[in-house]
Amino acid sequence: MKFLRNFFDKRYEKTNKKWYPLIESFETLVFTPNHTTKSGSHIRDGIDLKRTMMFVIVAMVPALLFGIWNVGQQHFIALGQEVDFMEKIIHGAIRVVPIIAVSYTVGLAVEFIFGIIKGHALHEGYLVSGMLIPLIMPVDTPLWMIAVATVFGVVIGKEVFGGTGMNVVNVALTTRAFLFFAHPTSMSGNTVWISGLKEMKANGTLADGVSGATPLGDLASMTTDSPAYANIQDFTENGITFSRALMGDYPGSIGESSVYAILIGLAFLLMTRIASWRIIVSFFAGGFVMATIFNLFAGDNAYMQLPAIHQLMIGSFMFGMVFMITDPVTAAQTNKGKFYYGFLAGFIGILIRVANPAYPEGIMLGILIANVCSPLIDHMVLNGNIKRREKRLAKASL
Amino acid sequence: MAKAIKIRKGLDLKLKGKPTQTISPVENSPYYAIKPSDFPSMTPKMVVKEGETVKVGTPIFHDKYREAIQYVSPVSGTVSEVKRGEKRRILEVIIKADSEFTFETMDTKGETKEVILKSGLWPFIKQRPLDIVADYNKTPKAIFVSGFDSSPLAPDFEFLLKDKKDALQAGFEALAKMTEGKVYVTIETSSKGTSVFTDLNGIELHTINSKHPAGNVGTQIHKISPINKGETVWTVNAIDVARIGSLFLTGKVDFSKTIALTGSEVEMPSYYTLISGASLTNLVDKKITSENVRYISGNVLVGNNVGKDGFLGFYDNQVTVIPEGDHYKVSFTEGWLAPGFNKLSNSKAFLSALLPKKSYDVDTNLNGEERAFVVSGQYEEVFPFDIYPVQLLKAAITNDIDKMEKLGIYEVAPEDFALCEFVCTSKINSQQIIRDGLKVIEEECM
Repeated sequence: MKFLRNFFDKRYEKTNKKWYPLIESFETLVFTPNHTTKSGSHIRDGIDLKRTMMFVIVAMVPALLFGIWNVGQQHFIALGQEVDFMEKIIHGAIRVVPIIAVSYTVGLAVEFIFGIIKGHALHEGYLVSGMLIPLIMPVDTPLWMIAVATVFGVVIGKEVFGGTGMNVVNVALTTRAFLFFAHPTSMSGNTVWISGLKEMKANGTLADGVSGATPLGDLASMTTDSPAYANIQDFTENGITFSRALMGDYPGSIGESSVYAILIGLAFLLMTRIASWRIIVSFFAGGFVMATIFNLFAGDNAYMQLPAIHQLMIGSFMFGMVFMITDPVTAAQTNKGKFYYGFLAGFIGILIRVANPAYPEGIMLGILIANVCSPLIDHMVLNGNIKRREKRLAKASL
Repeated sequence: MAKAIKIRKGLDLKLKGKPTQTISPVENSPYYAIKPSDFPSMTPKMVVKEGETVKVGTPIFHDKYREAIQYVSPVSGTVSEVKRGEKRRILEVIIKADSEFTFETMDTKGETKEVILKSGLWPFIKQRPLDIVADYNKTPKAIFVSGFDSSPLAPDFEFLLKDKKDALQAGFEALAKMTEGKVYVTIETSSKGTSVFTDLNGIELHTINSKHPAGNVGTQIHKISPINKGETVWTVNAIDVARIGSLFLTGKVDFSKTIALTGSEVEMPSYYTLISGASLTNLVDKKITSENVRYISGNVLVGNNVGKDGFLGFYDNQVTVIPEGDHYKVSFTEGWLAPGFNKLSNSKAFLSALLPKKSYDVDTNLNGEERAFVVSGQYEEVFPFDIYPVQLLKAAITNDIDKMEKLGIYEVAPEDFALCEFVCTSKINSQQIIRDGLKVIEEECM
């Protein structure tokens, strides 16, 4: 590794100081710097932000791999063709890898620009956001949209607040919300979830019976005049059965569909204690409670009749639970607050999903709303602590 | 009424270099120092000049704003140098010791407070809030003494005090005279019954299950009788209670100390007897196994980096020697991408999590770069107070006095945040932040 060390040392010598953050960013990927403690605690825990972030990326890999396969799978189903496993993977990779590349290139470029202006090396936050963004996009989103949205997400969602650790709302979700409101036709409807569906429709190569709708789209259609399924039994027995919901081979955002793949990530994050179990448990509970409430008052609304646990296994609920709501920066900071925060997000997420007629998914908005509320939640928890202290003082001075 | 305190939060750092229970002699050091930096927010005013001869107990300087608090010479000899830093701030007053010691005569008959102030032992009594040398004008609501030290590689108080029961008793009697409240002593649950503190009179004995920071007096105060705004408590290290006691028993100030020389780089970690303020040169001579090391007066969490020729700190009963970490670490083998069988971490992100019994030699590398607060819930795992540590730190960073008060700044000292500093993913120096916060509080609210 000596030659690499020499390489970096030379770069420092030869380059203008202004560009140091750039060199430093790459240097610290290869070398943990020689910074030492000055006083206080002379030894420090081995963990750092780079490792933490890397572990989150590792946790996303199963969902990504499944997503790549699923893109191929859905594409060839829509074409009505039987192809082998590798062909699906290749098609999926051709569609997904460019999205990842765009997300990272654009996002990191923005981060570098801010880093150089502010004179610090790349802060690791975007390493995770850069992977999250592709996983929550419909596969047919044009690359230029992803680029524009990423710039918006990083600049407005994060850098204006001061960078990694300072943002109020989740960067990846800001990106998605931007696209959702700026280009709704590319982010919702029935034609964006399967790669190449629009072309197939235009060329007439689309197989019979393929609508391109997500399970949630199908469910939403059941309150309209042209329902995709006759009733809820039809959906749970012939459409997206529970086991199929866990498997995830249906159209959706790239990484969101497979519960199994997401659970592998969850197990990894809980085992390494990177993610907060408090948030995860309460998010699940929040979603479950809301879905159960819908069950109780469902009447003849098929969407509301869907069993609570089944409801949570489709769409982006599980993905949001493991990778979005657990973002420590935008979550509540206090342990007690985390319970309220997770519950709120899950509760509102399912509420919007089922009750909002315009868009059949609401987890994104549920999490964004909870993000915005988290400082308030923390404030209340802190107030409780302050009150306890004041009471103690009052008692002592009696 | 003895209370059995249980804490769940905390962390015992498993480090290599635990001292064995033998006391070895060490050649007397020729040089001794008193360092104003050992006493936060104190401004020294010199009493003696360079070249003057002093006895054991002769005042060297006193607190400029609280003149009765004297800082005295631990040895007899000549003041050889007053080392000054920026703005002529006094860094160290160095005394060259004689071979035979002569003592200042002490009158132990008067009022307890006066006697201790005159003897130069007063600085051993500290106060909270602020974590500074106690204010003699105030009567504390209680005095707290921790009966053990739970810090990494810490000396065993039971071992050091086993022959000093009389001195301890006398010390506690003296302390009891200075408070309207009680003198609380807290020992480990495991040493209940066998502890040297068991049969002492005039104290209220509590037990606490031990996992650092159980031995920190701050933790014990918080669990027994937390400090409210406007209240003051005093704290004294158990070793120094015996020192105060022996003043009343013998009429002499005794600055000798048995300290633990510990750390992964020490050949045979064990105990040595020397005098407070001694230069480390003789102590560490020929006992260190490697070249590039850090000499810490105190433990790895709160001690000071003093260097090989540095001096033992006023309050320290331990010297720790650990490797310096001032080299680049290749990320795949020993950096952030490494499997990490030999990384000490409170997280479960290294394979060392599978080896719960292993001891580690940890160097002084930061293991990362400083970042903003990102990960939450980490401090809370090692911080057994009903205080929100991150929020209190943020209040201190922003100098928000009102918020600091509300969130409990009066109850904490920097050492309480030492473990937070250790576990921090973002490598934030919380102890310094709390110290700065306390300084602001002292200037604005006291």
